[in-house]
Amino acid sequence: MIEIRWHGRGGQGAVTSVELLAVSAIAAGKYAQGFPSFGPERRGAPVAAFTRIDDKKINKRSGIYKPDVVLVLDASLIGLINVTDGLKPGGKLIVNTHKTTAEIRKELNFSGTVATVDGTGIARKEMGVPIANTTMIGALLKVTGIMDLDAMKDAVEHRFGRIAQKNLAAMKRAYDEIQIEN
Amino acid sequence: MGKRVGLEVTVAVAEAVALCRIDMAGGYPITPQSHIAEHLSNLVADGVLDAEFVTVESEHSAMSAVIGASATGARSYTATASQGLLLMNELLPIASAMRLPICMAIANRAVSGPLNILNDHSDIMPQRDTGWITLFAENGQEAVDLSIQAFKIAEHKDVMLPVCVNIDGFQLTHMVEPVEMPTQEEVDKFLPPFAPHATLHPAKPVTMGAFAMSDYFAEIMKAKDEAIKNSKKVILEVWDEWGKMFGRNYKAVESYRAQDAEILMLTMGSMGETAQVAIDELRDKGIKAGLVKLRLWRPFPFEEIRAALKNAKKLIVTDRACSFGGPGGPVFSEIKSALYAGDHHPAIYNFIYGLGGRDVPVQDFTGMFEKVIADTDNKAKDTYEFWGVRE
Repeated sequence: MIEIRWHGRGGQGAVTSVELLAVSAIAAGKYAQGFPSFGPERRGAPVAAFTRIDDKKINKRSGIYKPDVVLVLDASLIGLINVTDGLKPGGKLIVNTHKTTAEIRKELNFSGTVATVDGTGIARKEMGVPIANTTMIGALLKVTGIMDLDAMKDAVEHRFGRIAQKNLAAMKRAYDEIQIEN
Repeated sequence: MGKRVGLEVTVAVAEAVALCRIDMAGGYPITPQSHIAEHLSNLVADGVLDAEFVTVESEHSAMSAVIGASATGARSYTATASQGLLLMNELLPIASAMRLPICMAIANRAVSGPLNILNDHSDIMPQRDTGWITLFAENGQEAVDLSIQAFKIAEHKDVMLPVCVNIDGFQLTHMVEPVEMPTQEEVDKFLPPFAPHATLHPAKPVTMGAFAMSDYFAEIMKAKDEAIKNSKKVILEVWDEWGKMFGRNYKAVESYRAQDAEILMLTMGSMGETAQVAIDELRDKGIKAGLVKLRLWRPFPFEEIRAALKNAKKLIVTDRACSFGGPGGPVFSEIKSALYAGDHHPAIYNFIYGLGGRDVPVQDFTGMFEKVIADTDNKAKDTYEFWGVRE
């Protein structure tokens, strides 16, 4: 089982992303859970959201405390909250930032896999908005290899209708452009 | 066969209720229930569901509207949680006394105060004696299945009672997870149209929910008790039929690795699956641990509980609410009373946990087992403890 924690700010779409990812994983025949950090949420305030994916039925319904993967949608959260809290030493940290993997590794003193991509820049170019939640799904799929990019197509089309293709294009670019340092 | 899809559980429940071709839904928004009513209202607005969606100014009005609609012979539904359920409380015994087959989802949430929006069972427990058939779902699939079964149970001519399906707030309601949605054809085959024995109609006036003083009141109360006790036979029949049709079997009491277990834990609702993970871990260490899950809270399955617990030396009953100043948790109290009449009396312990959304990870469940195992001479039996509370 792979456990993923997403960090973002209210309104950036972390919850939408965990939902899209879970729906797509289930459609691909896997088992998955997608859930928000329970409780009230405010636009702009730090939020977390979670995904569990497995090939067999998932029975655990408690919170995720030791994720295999942490994805940071908003790099301004680094230093504000401890984004690597509980992240397994051999885990994977994915950050939406224009910084290099070496810079992020140094900043967070994390020894596992570090991956960076300018998701916001990609989202701006491909969709005209600085919202990188779907873009970063591409980064996540590249780093984790959970599923092919194609597996996201139906869920994204169902959710976004006529702007789906732009979301898928942004996702593909993040998939292609992410820098990964093990 | 239905399609296996990833859905938020509230949306799946609303879709399931729509498959039941309800005639009317009344709802007032309250977290974590709101998505059920929102989605039903969308389905009505989009023309997918041919029903009247009545928006009201409070849950008291929601239940009143649903009672009125059900009395006219409409298949009627509502959903609520926490304070909303408490506000409905006054109407709940009326719905059951009038023998109206209303179905309701309760997205279980802690009752104020202090204000809290997260999950526990303090909203449903005070409704225990209102005469509603009360079911608990453990996962999204069960929430869907029970929501459909509820109408068949409620509307059966030998039952004619309201049914509530308890779905733990957030832990279940806000989870996107795999569910197999039955098709419309399958639900139509399983659930015939509602055929009420009497209806309110201007052309044919009848009196419903009339006045009764000491001359008749007790008889009506006894009739309600008999009706809900008799409903168990129908509930089991409906589950049997469901199992044959969909391959998913339901029992009043479920067991997991309990056959040869010396120490059993009992859960109700969404905690059961996480507890299963703990049981597996304990079994790997050679501890004979097992799990018993209670799905049917009213009518209470006394015989099934006694049968499920007959080999246990020690029993841990878990509760998501407290009967303050009473015997501990309400489930604990019920299980003790069920065992009193039998001849097997395990050492029984009560942990009250997961209050107001407090997370209960696997190691908390194993911790409860370890604590009870360490009590070798059963000194702590018959006590209750607020698990993990800072003092």
